[in-house]
Order: sequence, then C-alpha cells, then structure tokens
Amino acid sequence: MKKVYERNNIAFDMPSPYCPGCGHGVIHRLVIDAIKEAGQEDNTIFMAPVGCSILAYTYLDLDICQPAHGRTPAAATGIKRALPDSLVVLYQGDGDLAAIGTAEIIHAANRGENITAIFVNNAIYGMTGGQMAPTTLKGQKATTCPFGRSPEDGQGYPIRVCELLQSLGGVTYAARTSVHTAPNVLKTKKAIQTGIENQMEKKGFSIIEILSACPVNWGLSPQKSNEFIANEMIGYFPLGDFKKDGKIIQRSDH
Amino acid sequence: MEHKIIFAGFGGQGVISMGTLMAYAAMAENKNVTFYPAYGIAMRGGTANCSVIISDDPVASPVIAFPNILVVMNEPSLDCFTDRLQEGGTLLANSSLIRKKAARKDIRSFYIPVNDIAEELGDSRMANMAMVGSLLKIMNTVTLSTVFQTMKKTFSPKLLKVIDINQEAMKKGFHAVQL
Amino acid sequence: MGEKQLMKGNEAIAEAAIRAGMTCYFGYPITPQNEIPAYMAKHLTIRGGTFIQAESEIAAINMVYGAACTGARAMTSSSSPGISLKQEGISYLVGARLPAVIVNIARGGPGLGNIAPSQADYFQAVKGGGHGDYHMVVYTPETVQEAADLTMKAFDVADEYRNPVLILGDAILGQMMEPLVFKEPSGKKFDKSSWTLGNRKGRKSHLINSLSLTEGVVEQWNWELKKKFDLMAERELMVEEYMVEDADVIFVAYGTTARICRSVVHQTRKQGMKTGLIRPITVWPFPTETIAGHAEKTKHFFVVEMSLGQMIEDVRLAILGNAKIHFHGRPGGGIPAEADILKQLKAILQS
Repeated sequence: MKKVYERNNIAFDMPSPYCPGCGHGVIHRLVIDAIKEAGQEDNTIFMAPVGCSILAYTYLDLDICQPAHGRTPAAATGIKRALPDSLVVLYQGDGDLAAIGTAEIIHAANRGENITAIFVNNAIYGMTGGQMAPTTLKGQKATTCPFGRSPEDGQGYPIRVCELLQSLGGVTYAARTSVHTAPNVLKTKKAIQTGIENQMEKKGFSIIEILSACPVNWGLSPQKSNEFIANEMIGYFPLGDFKKDGKIIQRSDH
Repeated sequence: MEHKIIFAGFGGQGVISMGTLMAYAAMAENKNVTFYPAYGIAMRGGTANCSVIISDDPVASPVIAFPNILVVMNEPSLDCFTDRLQEGGTLLANSSLIRKKAARKDIRSFYIPVNDIAEELGDSRMANMAMVGSLLKIMNTVTLSTVFQTMKKTFSPKLLKVIDINQEAMKKGFHAVQL
Repeated sequence: MGEKQLMKGNEAIAEAAIRAGMTCYFGYPITPQNEIPAYMAKHLTIRGGTFIQAESEIAAINMVYGAACTGARAMTSSSSPGISLKQEGISYLVGARLPAVIVNIARGGPGLGNIAPSQADYFQAVKGGGHGDYHMVVYTPETVQEAADLTMKAFDVADEYRNPVLILGDAILGQMMEPLVFKEPSGKKFDKSSWTLGNRKGRKSHLINSLSLTEGVVEQWNWELKKKFDLMAERELMVEEYMVEDADVIFVAYGTTARICRSVVHQTRKQGMKTGLIRPITVWPFPTETIAGHAEKTKHFFVVEMSLGQMIEDVRLAILGNAKIHFHGRPGGGIPAEADILKQLKAILQS
C-alpha cells in the first residue's frame, strides 16, 4: 500500500502532550512540515517560551531555546543577530506575545528582525488554567473574568495583533489564519511557508497569527470549540493577509 | 607632589575641557591622574565642575573633598567652592566675570581677567585656555609645551583649525600671572 | 603592552569587552552608564559586532540570553533601576547555564533615586537579586585600569562556568577618567559545541532551558549548580590586603570606598596610627577566610560603604564576634568623606 502520510521525523515518536481538540498539535505539525520541506531542520532554532508551547520541546527534534515569558522576540533577536543564517521560528501564545511581551514583539517587528513568529491565538491562558488573555473576546468567560470580559468595566478590548503590527516598517508579512477546518489548516500551512520563505530570503519580520481552540479552558467540546472559532472569533479576528511583501493590504472588514 | 584641583564655572565656559586637557597633559608627563566630572544633565548655561588629581604616587581616593587648587570661572562657583579650599591652598579666579575678592586670608589668590585676555585675541570662548595657562604657571608641574603637544593629539578637527590662537591665549594667561 | 590611554571607566569597560571578543552588546540608555552603549554603537559595529539599543533593559538582557545561546560572547550594561529590571533575565541565564557579562554602574536609590554613585546594590548583586538559588561572580573594580582588566577576565570566567558574571561599579568608576593600558586578552578558548544552538548538522539537537515539570529534575539541576558555585567560590576569589599585618584597625571596603579608605590609611599611617585595608575585589565570592584570619589579632574592623550597610553583614559573618565592627555609610548617592571617617577612626582608637 502506498504511504500517503507519515510522522514527520522532527517530531519524536510519542503521544502529543496536548489536550483533545487543542490546536497546538496541528500547528506544530504544520510548522515542522514547513521547516522540513524547506530543508531547514538542521538550521532551525525553535523558540518555545512560556505557556502550553513549552511542551513543544518535549517532542520536537530541533535546537530549541526556551526564553522567559514574553521575551521571545528579544531572545530571538539575540540569536538571529549572532547567527544571521539560521532559521529562527518563534512560537508564542497570546499571553506571551500580546500581554507580557507586547513591547518585545512590537520592537522586534519594528526593527524588521528577520525572524518568523507563529502566534497562536486561542483567546485564553491555557497552561495556567484558563485566565483572561489579551485576546479574550468581549463577553467570553475566563477564571479572571468570570462574568464575561467587559471592556466597559475596565478589562480592556481584545487586541488584534495583525492589525496592530501591520503599520510597522519592519514587518514584511502579517497574516491571520485558523485551524478549525481542513481548508483553513491548508491555508495556515501556506502562510507558515510564506513566513519561513520570507526569512530565508531575508525579507524581515513575518507574523502568522493562528486562531486555535482551547476546548478544556473554554469549557466546550472540540466540535463546539471549532464552531466557536467560526461563529465568534473570526467575526472579531478576520482571516487573511494584512501585509504582504511589505505592503499593507487594504481591507474592508473594519 | 599631589595637586587636587577643582574647576568650576557655567556650562559652556569649557570647564570640563580644562580638566580633561590637564589630565591628558599630566598623563603625558607620566604623572598619576584621575579626572572626575560632574555629569548627566550639566548642560550649557547650568553649572559645571570637575575634579582633577595629579600626583607622583598612585591616586587613592578620586573624590576631592578639599582641593588645594580651585579654579573658578564665575562668581557662583567662587561662592560655592571657596570654603572647601585647603588652608594655604591656591585660588584662581576669572576676574573678568568675578568682581569681588574671596573673603579668606589663609589662601593664595590670583585674579586673572581671562575673558578679557581671550577677547583681545578675538573670542571670549578661549577664556578657559587662558586660565589653563595661568594654572600651569602657578602649578609648575606640567609644562606649556606638553600641553601644546596634548592639544594637537586631543583636539577635534574643528578645534585644530584654531589651535594656534588657543595656544596664544594660553601663553597670555601664563604670562598674566606674576609669582 | 599597548599605549597608555586616558579613558572614562565606562569607555574602558566597553573597549576591554570588545578586545575580549565580545561580539553582541544590547543596552538601554540610563545615566551614569550611557558611555558604554554609545561606545559600542560606534566601535563595536565598526569592528563587525552587533549593537542594539533595545526597547528596555528587560529586552536587552533577553537579547543577551539569545546571543549567548549561540555561543557568542554577549554583554549588557545598565545602572541600578535598569539592573533591577534585568533580574529575571539574570536568573534565567543561571538557570539555563548561559555565560554573559552584566555591568552595573550603580547610582543612588531606592526608586529612581539620583545619578550619584552608590553601593546600595550590594545585596542585589551578591545575594541573588532574581529568584531561585543562584550565585554569580561579582567583580568590584576600583580604578579604570582594573575595570578594564576585570572586564576581560569576566568573559573568561563566564565561559568557564557557563554562568553570568557581574561587574559592579558605581558612577564614579563609570565617569572618571584615568590612564590605562589594555592588557592582551587571555586568548583562552572554550569549546561550547556540546550545548550551543544553531548549525545542528551531524549532532543531536540541543535544548537551552531552565524548566522541568518532572519531579526531582530541577532539584538535581540545583545540586549540579551548587557544585559549580562551590568551584567558583574556591577558585575565583580576589582580595587585596593592604598594610594589614600590624594594623590596629582594618578597613573593609570595595570599589570607590576602598580608595577613600586607602587615602585615610595613608594619612593615618603618616600620623603613626596603624591602619590597614582589606579590599574585596570579588564581593561574591566574599573573602570570608581572609577577614576571619585577621580577626584573630586585629580588634577593630571598620566597614565603609556608600549605603546604609550591606556588605557589613558579610563582614559580621566572617568575624563571628571575634572583633569589634564599626561602620560608616552614606546612602542615596552620598560619598563618605575622609574627614568624617578619620574622626570616627580616632574615636575608635581612643576607646
């Protein structure tokens, strides 16, 4: 029988450490496939900071750096400047990138650091047990906004990271995708490939924001979680390219 | 031999330049030397001061509580620092801008009109160089020619264009002092 | 030997670091250490290295973390409030076993304080300002020459132990100019290939990390770190004993205050008073044995600090009640005056 799909050997042969229905496993697979297809597995430095992404280094056979929470783009800057020909891939969650590490991502992006940030937006803190994230939707419940996030009560608005970063001169590519359906998984793969190619072509900073489910902390089944992405998240976090080859894409969504 | 010198004046009077020039020249004569400036937000128009210690022995404390030489370029500096001058110490005051005399009798005082000397040569900004000339004569530790050599090495290209006239100011300051 | 040059302490540290092979510098403006990033921006970049003015001290120390992961000699500098911000990063560097050099040109605090010299960051430097059980070698140069020499040494020590090293100066050290001659760097080579990231071909992948949620693993790492700290303590101690043999009173002071005390020793010796100075050059490791050795015959130890009294605690632990300890301190940017120290010294000798 012809084998049409197999384990990418960048991943160790072990069960995924993630919860059922979690998007991380799918996204990891897309990232390592893109790295392997680019022939970069010996040249990649994978940044797995704090959050559920720390689990990546238990089963990815890559050189991996675990920086401090949110400091991922700063540490990645140090690595990339010291080794300009390496492929540096950041794998950040919403707490890491859009809360504690907001300054670092903005400035790494603005300097045009030639790195690729994979930003997993699941609108919640997963590892620490379901606290409100900077991307938690209005009205969405979390342990630290038990009555639903209320911007009117001083809890702030969900941050749209691609929209925020697209204006910065150093950003060559900003795109938002999702992994809640198969066609979207394929689009995500394409976006990750673009981000990696950009780095290999020394084009500057790329960010791929990926909407991803966290069924356990959302209190939803995996199926309902994917429906939540489709029905709730995408309305606020529209999918598509925000910047490509350094040019801002004019959009009509907001 | 150990000279503990405080230079003080308005920002923009070249007080720090006087100190650094003396430090470089002392180093050129193989003296031990430490230069310590007031730093940070001391800008043009504010007050500026720096300490220079020139010694035959290694300099222990770089901090001058009580100088034995005080160089003041304006009146507020005279008011501020004269009390700290050691007994028997030497005061050099810019009498072009300082109209009064120091009240102390236990010090040697020299009043040199260095702004006037500099203006006669065409630019009052060279008052600090004239004062360095006077200081060299009084100290008798570092020679004029060493300072001239040092100026060639340390002046920026912009200043090198006016080095001759600056040296002229220094000579005039040197000769303005009668010991 | 090179030519004698007149340089500010900050510039000497910067130049020494470049000569020691430091290729990656990251910093953020704060007085009184601004000459270091300015020097790097000009001279390090011209010589092919990387300089970044980071968005914060936090970013800067984490850029150091990243560069160190690749095996590059990396460095950051700041002054007290900025060093506080770097504490998380320093703890991570130790936890991840990464070499780096950090320079603190300390200023008055707490809070924003002022830009005057201070030694009030002693506790932070030697007791672990960040979280977790850790130590790093802390050098306290007293002259511009020593600042340059110890900076070069710091990179070797950092590489040797895979641990950050701190240079603790103060505003006077940073701002003063003195003649110095740059020594040749040691030229020691450190094989980092067993742990660095990048260019993985032909080897297993490396992980640079300070986290494990598996029971007992972090404890085991700590025991391994302790072995390293013990070795550092045994081998890296530096201390100067100055005129202590017959001394009735021994000053204990480091950095700028050691120089002030040295002046007092000179003055008092001329007047027939037997004084001496123990100057810790490393404040971690601390010269506990050196001080304890003298406490057997010298009755008075006089600690002078630009703080309310921090190192004095380590002196107390060294002396263990075997001699009397006196203290003169000036906090918040105050500089101890020789006259005040002398007055207190005379009172001690008369008692």
